[in-house]
Amino acid sequence: METKPRLLTILDGVTIILLAVATTLVFFFTPIEAVMGNVQKVFYFHVANAWVGMLGFMASAIAGVAYLRTGKRSWDIVGMASVEISVVFLLIAIVTGSIWARPVWNTWWTWDPRLTTAAIMELIYAAYLLLRQGIEDPDRRARFGAVYAILGFISVPLTFLSIRIFRTIHPVVIGNADPSAQGSFDMSPAMLRTFMFSLLVFSFIFADLLWHRIRLGHLADKVEQLKLKVTQ
Amino acid sequence: MFFLQQGPAQTTNYMIAGYTVIFGVILFYVLSLFLRNRNLKRDLETLQELDNKTNV
Repeated sequence: METKPRLLTILDGVTIILLAVATTLVFFFTPIEAVMGNVQKVFYFHVANAWVGMLGFMASAIAGVAYLRTGKRSWDIVGMASVEISVVFLLIAIVTGSIWARPVWNTWWTWDPRLTTAAIMELIYAAYLLLRQGIEDPDRRARFGAVYAILGFISVPLTFLSIRIFRTIHPVVIGNADPSAQGSFDMSPAMLRTFMFSLLVFSFIFADLLWHRIRLGHLADKVEQLKLKVTQ
Repeated sequence: MFFLQQGPAQTTNYMIAGYTVIFGVILFYVLSLFLRNRNLKRDLETLQELDNKTNV
């Protein structure tokens, strides 16, 4: 097993510091929203988590295309790593959205276009992880993963645009909200700064975790190959 | 939900719940990466020993 690269150790440290700064900004430097109160503060990391979710699914589709073009197993590992991280972060976004919705919409869940498309997107990629487990041949598994990631990516723009295309109660952060949206608010400069910084911080978290997960994937690959060699 | 209220709504508990989920799940995932890495390294060592024995 290769030793941990120095750059990865630095990235770990920078990411932890950035997360601490973002958390401090959220709790101590952003104003309390006049109507919703403290629950509005969930918004900063809720959107950032959803951002990581979509970023990872996009990365897996790109890795899928790269695998189909080159046939290199490394791209399959990148795709798998991206999906796994994004499934975790999108799950956080869905759960925190539900927690926010309870006092604001007076319900934990409603079949709104954004919530529905996000839930479908999560299930599509959770199925990707489950279905991969059932394929033993590494090459077939990689091909399946690549094609699935490319097709599954259709759900990402659909989810992103759902609140801009359909009638919805979900607030729109960037752009004009539907008149029926509930829980919208105007961001003050401090709120906007914290929001943009949170997006940056979670991009760092994604990059850091992706690197670790790719290393883990290579290690798993090595173990799998050695297992085959020993059992033959 | 917030009609006729005076001042911000008392929603601190929901904020705490939200951030508990965020940090809890991230921590859990990082821990799972660490444990999987440790187990795979052990597997690799065992397999390398087996491989060396079969080569001898």
